Amino acid sequence: MAMKIGEKPFFDRVDDALDDDFMRESMAKAQDGLRGKKVAATEGDESIGDWETWRSAGEDIRRHTLENLDYYLELLSENFAKRGGHVFFAETAEEANAYIQQVAKEKNAKNITKAKSMVTEEIGMNEALEDIGCQVHETDLAEYILQAEEEDRPSHIVVPSLHKNKSQIQDTLKEKAGYSGTDQPEEITSFARSRLRDVFMNADIGITGCNFGVAESGSVSLVTNEGNANMVTSFPETQISVMGMERLVPSWEELDVMVNLLSRSAVGQKITTYVTNVTPEVEEESVDGPRDFHLVIVDGGRSKALGTEFQSALHCIRCAACVNVCPVYRHIGGHAYGSIYQGPIGAVLSPILGGYEEYGELPYASSLCAACTEACPVKIPLHEQLIRHRENYVEQGYSQKSEQAAMKAFGIGASTPSLFKIATKGAPVFAKPFVHEGSISNGLGPMKLWTKIRELPAPANENFRKWFIEHKKGGSRDE
Amino acid sequence: MSKGTIHNRNKFLNHIADRLGRERKTDVQLPDWEYQPQWDVHQDRMEDELYSLFKENSEEKGTYVVETTKDELAETVEDIMERYGGGTMVATKDNRFDDYGLTDVLTKNDVHVWEPASGNLNIEVAKQANIGFLFSDVSLAESGTITQFNDRDIARSVSLLPVAYAAIVPKSSIVPRMTQATEQIHKQVEDGQNISPYINFITGPSNSADIEMNIVVGVHGPVKAAHIVVLDA
Repeated sequence: MAMKIGEKPFFDRVDDALDDDFMRESMAKAQDGLRGKKVAATEGDESIGDWETWRSAGEDIRRHTLENLDYYLELLSENFAKRGGHVFFAETAEEANAYIQQVAKEKNAKNITKAKSMVTEEIGMNEALEDIGCQVHETDLAEYILQAEEEDRPSHIVVPSLHKNKSQIQDTLKEKAGYSGTDQPEEITSFARSRLRDVFMNADIGITGCNFGVAESGSVSLVTNEGNANMVTSFPETQISVMGMERLVPSWEELDVMVNLLSRSAVGQKITTYVTNVTPEVEEESVDGPRDFHLVIVDGGRSKALGTEFQSALHCIRCAACVNVCPVYRHIGGHAYGSIYQGPIGAVLSPILGGYEEYGELPYASSLCAACTEACPVKIPLHEQLIRHRENYVEQGYSQKSEQAAMKAFGIGASTPSLFKIATKGAPVFAKPFVHEGSISNGLGPMKLWTKIRELPAPANENFRKWFIEHKKGGSRDE
Repeated sequence: MSKGTIHNRNKFLNHIADRLGRERKTDVQLPDWEYQPQWDVHQDRMEDELYSLFKENSEEKGTYVVETTKDELAETVEDIMERYGGGTMVATKDNRFDDYGLTDVLTKNDVHVWEPASGNLNIEVAKQANIGFLFSDVSLAESGTITQFNDRDIARSVSLLPVAYAAIVPKSSIVPRMTQATEQIHKQVEDGQNISPYINFITGPSNSADIEMNIVVGVHGPVKAAHIVVLDA
């Protein structure tokens, strides 16, 4: 399954999403909740000083690390191996999976526990392990739910099951996992806890992602809340951590800054319940630690961004702050993007990793309001990169001639019925925060230049097409 | 741990250098960062203020906080045993239990002290345990966090598997935030020491908000947490 979600064309997926009122309502509620928590823990928390200074610190650290990526990856791998760990550099998903399969075969592994990891979703690791007869147990609560559903995929980077409500989750677990309780989150969680306890203890291999590798000591840092990553890294004989090649920091001092940015931006916490830092053991081994520790470092297309205008997209720390403020994500949800990476960062990253042929339309899933850029804790200029993708998409001949002018000019606009529908439905919502007494005087993004010198009328709550249909039926515009 | 290996490194890193439009780098100095807001957070707070903050933030995360002194610590630990229903209990193998006069109270209450030589038996006990006792190495005021430098004696399972963890927090271990803990680890690395294989920052009971964004306390890790702050230590 890997990075791609679904087989339908982008515009069909958008249509499906726009017709799903329930999903859109859930997305809006979740976005509001996550955004509110983030604001309270960032610019709203005076005790940490000026949040902008933190963002600048994060930006500098990420820029320096990426500019010297070869050096820091060498240092990380050297230190990891010096303590007895095994490092495998994988240029492609296939190479990464082949290595992980080889480790599983050598260990004669049957049961594998896994903590949440986007990069393992991206490379389709579960399927590769299932192909050689392993059973992979997802242990993050959201991933456990999605795995029970079988065909379901993540709709949000941080909360992958965001699109499912509690009664749907109850139904899924009843049908697929023998659950017989109510739809109360406490009861469902308790069920998952009891189901997974023995699974954790009996696993042959534990697999995690990597929030940050720490180059100076060869450590893997995991930022989590549920305790499942701790189980996965403690009881199996073998541990494998899979990291995107850009996910590292030079030293523990930079780790501190990045963990603060991630915890506060992703979930509005001062720190997550667990920040667990695992390094291969050099002394006599612990009873509750792995004997063998493998680190798989994946390129998977990331290097295509190096040395280009998209290099700073690799600064991303997967907090989803941009997703949580995106007015388009709010309306179309995660699955419409057709990629495991959704929202503004998904629309920037997916074409880099998977190419314009597959993901070239995603950069149009944006109103270019720049809310994403302002929310990003490491200051990635997301909306500018979306524009650059659009230009490349058109210049490289991916769009139809007839669409080119419209797309270039309007972005998410008038080029197809779906996009037009999003734009017209969304305009009053997107603009709402900036409207004062019926006009906009302090706009963002493309509105900025105009509103510098004059006021922009607020978008009407009803669009012309809707009005025209009503008018033909004999209705009238409510003014 | 076996002897370490590295596969495919040169080709991979050469490609990165090539994409960055330069030769491979063999030496990079960390910049003197222009922005370092982390050092200013709670920097001016006195010890008592840091403790108040630690308490407030621990309680905010649902952790029970109790104050005590070295003299009364054994009694406080027994109170905690009673509070969480006693039964099977486990503690890390840590000389500090002796230093703080707790050996007798652990023995008297049949607390299993982690013993690496007993192998998986330790894990079996920890799985059944109601309470796991441990010491916090560094405690973070900003977030009500305890830190453990785990190893084969100070086992990670003790804070993870029991229904509740109870951490003994010497007041002197409380620092403003993670910055001071990572500074300490960074210095260990610079001094050529082998850092702990499992450095764990723990902030209260495990939790999840994966179902409709409702916070549920107690997922795979402990359901309850207690911080026993020793005011004169």
